[in-house]
Amino acid sequence: MATLVFLEHHGSELLKGGLGVLSKAASLGDDVSGIVIGSGVRGLADEAGKFGAARVYVADDAQLEAPLPQPRVDVLAQLVRDKGADSILFANSVLAADTAAGLAARLDAGLNWDLVDIARNDGKLVGTRPALQDSVYVEVGWTSQPRIALFRTGSFDPVASGGAAETEDVPVQLEDFSTGARMVEQAHAESEGPSIEEADVVVAGGRGLGGPENFTLVEGLAKALGGAVGATRAVVDAGWYPYSTQVGQTGKTVSPKLYVACGISGAIQHKVGMQGSGVIVAINKDPNAPIFDFSDLGVVGDVHQIVPKLTELVEQRKGQ
Amino acid sequence: MKIAVCVKHVPEGTKRIDPTTKRLDRGGEGALNPFDANAVEEALRLKQATGEGEVLVVSLGPAKAQDALRKALAMGADRAVLVTDDAAAGSDLVATSRALAQALERENADLVLFGQQGNDSDGAVLGAAVADRLRRPMVSQVAEVTHADGKLTVKRQTEFGYDVIETQLPAVVAVSDAINEPRYPSLKGIMGAKSKPQATLSADDLGLTAEVVGVGGSRTEVLELKAPPSRGESRKIEDDGSAAQAIIDFLTEKRLI
Ligand SMILES: Cc1cc2nc3c(=O)[nH]c(=O)nc-3n(C[C@H](O)[C@H](O)[C@H](O)COP(=O)(O)OP(=O)(O)OC[C@H]3O[C@@H](n4cnc5c(N)ncnc54)[C@H](O)[C@@H]3O)c2cc1C
Ligand SMILES: Nc1ncnc2c1ncn2[C@@H]1O[C@H](COP(=O)(O)O)[C@@H](O)[C@H]1O
Repeated sequence: MATLVFLEHHGSELLKGGLGVLSKAASLGDDVSGIVIGSGVRGLADEAGKFGAARVYVADDAQLEAPLPQPRVDVLAQLVRDKGADSILFANSVLAADTAAGLAARLDAGLNWDLVDIARNDGKLVGTRPALQDSVYVEVGWTSQPRIALFRTGSFDPVASGGAAETEDVPVQLEDFSTGARMVEQAHAESEGPSIEEADVVVAGGRGLGGPENFTLVEGLAKALGGAVGATRAVVDAGWYPYSTQVGQTGKTVSPKLYVACGISGAIQHKVGMQGSGVIVAINKDPNAPIFDFSDLGVVGDVHQIVPKLTELVEQRKGQ
Repeated sequence: MKIAVCVKHVPEGTKRIDPTTKRLDRGGEGALNPFDANAVEEALRLKQATGEGEVLVVSLGPAKAQDALRKALAMGADRAVLVTDDAAAGSDLVATSRALAQALERENADLVLFGQQGNDSDGAVLGAAVADRLRRPMVSQVAEVTHADGKLTVKRQTEFGYDVIETQLPAVVAVSDAINEPRYPSLKGIMGAKSKPQATLSADDLGLTAEVVGVGGSRTEVLELKAPPSRGESRKIEDDGSAAQAIIDFLTEKRLI
């Protein structure tokens, strides 16, 4: 079975997500190829061989420099037409999701997203997809080929098998509309404050805080507990707190001993960044908030009432 | 500027998958997908900023998806188009994007807006699929939009921070749920919504045959439903003024303080 894995890179490194998917595909015994798309990326191809790719296609072109999805759809669609592929696999990211969805439309190919696993049952590929806030696990399939799959962040760890891949250049021919969006300024690493990935305690704030001024509550508690401050994407996008503190799919993955979620609903994209925490305490005024489904202690109440009191009690305790 | 906003009608409250049909149970009350209110709001703001144009809302769904469209009209959208057909039930991404693209093609809007995600599907994938069918540039995860000189400049969040991207029009944009604070419909808006133009289109009206919509046009299938892995024990308390102390006790028990 011919499987193609989209290998995303940032700077001069292949991302772990794609290498994890590559390792998984190789473990299913498929004939696995990787594809690297960008500008000046030829050198990345070798790396992929070590993680199970028998072959790495390289689309190297100045027009592919910016991490935008539509030119990538053009390259992938062309490759699938030329070489064929039974399955095309992606590790989730903003770029990968848009590329996978565009490709699904272009090829009229089924896309199953947010998969956490894939297996072959009686010769048929079956994906596992947690749905409805992870309240039910759904086994999903594809009714035609190629099949496209998008895997949830962190589903598979890369396993270095030490192989070597042959490399093959692929042609780059872009549609007019694919270059209609243009990168003006690409994100550059923000100067980081204290790293929330290393902290033993993370106190995170969400939109339930009501406004940027109320982040002082979260900061106070974090300080008392000797921890770092985290945030949801909603408050980062709203400009309440810096991107470098964002926890979740598009932010950081943290696994402190204690995670305190203040006014956070618990969307799946937030959950994937903090579910590995040792103990999770959540404060939310909505008793039905999804965050309570994966908290060790859930407190239904108002953060403005509870957090200042809690901070005071922690400080008292330390003073003893 | 003519702006089309794609909005979804989603079941209200706790959602479930019907074990027999293996589809989302859409039997009960429904509402406008909350993430789509941000897209409607952004459209209204862009229209106001340009001082002219039209905001049109488009949905694919059951007949009662009309309620979601009416909410968008009450917020201030000018016109609604509902694509509804028994044959379209059970459409996956491939089929949904085809039907919506077909409806949007006839409208030829300068900008097509999407919400961040369906709160039932959590996909955040439809915008890119529709854009490919419409053959238009698209940007997702957009936290800010400005319109000037016939172009859009947007701020997109990725795993590495914020990109600034410029796109020519016509274009497709999917916005984040923090881009704005959606307005509540006023009483006048709610009353006025009823008299705004609301068109209904069938698959046939759009020239879509059974092979390209609904189950026939879909390329994915749901095979089986399973219980999620069980979680460890968890406690939930309601604050009666003593929650802070209860948290302290819990943290002490877990030896975290
Ligand atoms: C591709 C993609 C990637 C994403 N990546 C991320 C990511 O990396 N990280 C991330 O966090 N999100 C991410 N999201 C967004 C995610 O889906 C949610 O929109 C976001 O996490 C919601 O943030 P929130 O919990 O702060 O806000 P909301 O969902 O608005 O929740 C606020 C909560 O606060 C509660 N509340 C309100 N007032 C009070 C009060 N006084 N006291 C106590 N509780 C109160 C409410 O009941 C509510 O539950 C992503 C989405 C997509 C589509
Ligand atoms: N049936 C539908 N009709 C119209 N728009 C939709 C429909 N389903 C999803 N959308 C739009 O696509 C966005 C992303 O949905 P999804 O990819 O399903 O998470 C939503 O926020 C809506 O803007």
